Amino acid sequence: MKAQLRRRAGSIALIVGFFLFWELACVAFGIKDLVLPRPSQVVTTLFDRLPAIWPHAVQTLYTTLVGFALGIFFGVLIGVVIGSSRLAYDTAYPLLVGFSSIPKVAVVPIFVLWFGAGTVPAVLTAMILCIFPIVVNVATGLATTEPELEDVMRALKASKLDILVNVGLPRAMPYFFASLKVAITQAFVGTVIAETVASNRGIGNLMMIASSSFDVPLVFAGLLILAALGVALYLIFSFIESRVTGWTRRTDEFAVG
Amino acid sequence: MMHAPIIEAPPAERAVRQPFVQLQEVTHSYGRLSRTVTALDKTDLKIYEGDFVALVGPSGCGKSTILKLITGLITASSGYVLVAGREIGAEPVRVGMAFQNPTMLPWLTLRDNVMLPLKIVPPFRKDYRRKRKGEYRDRVEALLTQVGLAGFSDKYPWQLSGGMLQRASLCRALIHEPQLLMLDEPFGALDQFTREELWGVMQDLWLTRKPTVVLVTHDLKEAAYLANRICVMQARPGRIIDDNEVPFARPRTVSMTYDTDFVSMTQRLRELIVAASPAKEPTP
Repeated sequence: MKAQLRRRAGSIALIVGFFLFWELACVAFGIKDLVLPRPSQVVTTLFDRLPAIWPHAVQTLYTTLVGFALGIFFGVLIGVVIGSSRLAYDTAYPLLVGFSSIPKVAVVPIFVLWFGAGTVPAVLTAMILCIFPIVVNVATGLATTEPELEDVMRALKASKLDILVNVGLPRAMPYFFASLKVAITQAFVGTVIAETVASNRGIGNLMMIASSSFDVPLVFAGLLILAALGVALYLIFSFIESRVTGWTRRTDEFAVG
Repeated sequence: MMHAPIIEAPPAERAVRQPFVQLQEVTHSYGRLSRTVTALDKTDLKIYEGDFVALVGPSGCGKSTILKLITGLITASSGYVLVAGREIGAEPVRVGMAFQNPTMLPWLTLRDNVMLPLKIVPPFRKDYRRKRKGEYRDRVEALLTQVGLAGFSDKYPWQLSGGMLQRASLCRALIHEPQLLMLDEPFGALDQFTREELWGVMQDLWLTRKPTVVLVTHDLKEAAYLANRICVMQARPGRIIDDNEVPFARPRTVSMTYDTDFVSMTQRLRELIVAASPAKEPTP
């Protein structure tokens, strides 16, 4: 408990220290707002222009979450198919690796071509960016299930579906949640890329417009919003993860709760 | 389903002549083409209902293969495996199995682990949702109490010792009242005292429930303590070379294992196995 408190205090000190260093460095070296605004300026800008920024933040959050939800749905589906059969695993893996190594910025124009500029390409970009970690992790979790655990079920003459539901999926849960934490940040990246390239709403678009009019503090305010949203969602999924897969960490808190 | 709960019938009526498990000329090989290893060669074995049979022999003699064949985890290369007079896979016989490792699912509490067969196996399966907080739960608690695990049912597997997990593993193998209980070296990984204690637990469970048991073990004392009948196997190719009744009265105790009769029996088994073992490589 004490060690945990110390860790938490340490990480807070690091964050505060980072911003403090940034602020002081700007003042000490006389760096112009146009190059690197001070954190205090960024925060002031953020609060002053919140009414203007807010709808963009909501748009980005919405797009990301929809893309993320689609990514989870299809990711788990594909992951389960690939992970439950050795053949599917070996056959599909090269294709999957191929797809995942395509730079995702490159596909945004294709989506725009198909669906027009706006929310749809952003949702799709978020989805394809976050789908791969989910597919790979779910498939790995299923494929590495200990044969002994499956034998327990097979000795009971359990069906394939029974084995999947009772052993495979719970066994893959820690992998799944680990991938969600990566996937949610990836989904943000996807959304912002698409908004920057082809949209008239969202934080990505806001930052594009702000930078073209040299409104650098606003650009940084956008970054701050993105970071805050990312951290918030990461924390939410970490919390759910610790509730659901506490057995992997073997903490007594999980056993009681 | 059509099968009657055999467990409740008194022992006298269960003395059926028809073997409950029968292996006919069963051969099983692992690997393929030039690299095949014949684990089991034209083996015949009859096991009668309510019997407790131990399979002993050098490693690689196909003991575990026989268990897996009867359970249906693997299919014989040739020959027939009959359970309750029908070919394996077609029979509605309930099977329980305990492995060398406790193989508890780490995300479930001890109670849910032990209850797992009731969730899967018919006819319990259809009532699972309705009874898991009531009847089934009581049943799990009663069984856990019988093996000395009362009060541990809310614990997770990692919170318990190896011996406790192995007790729970026995409970899981028995909770759905299997007609056939398969034990694949379930006490192999335990220390001497825990093992001897669990022999007693196992004997009690068998005496109160009388399932048909097949036990695979390396431990001759264990075989002679628990089983009614011991089959000695040889390796490469795997075959049964000796098949004998164990005459000692029940309930047996650990101190009985030091009696002259008992010792001479295990001694004889030991010699059979040593003679049947494949030639040792010369030690450097």
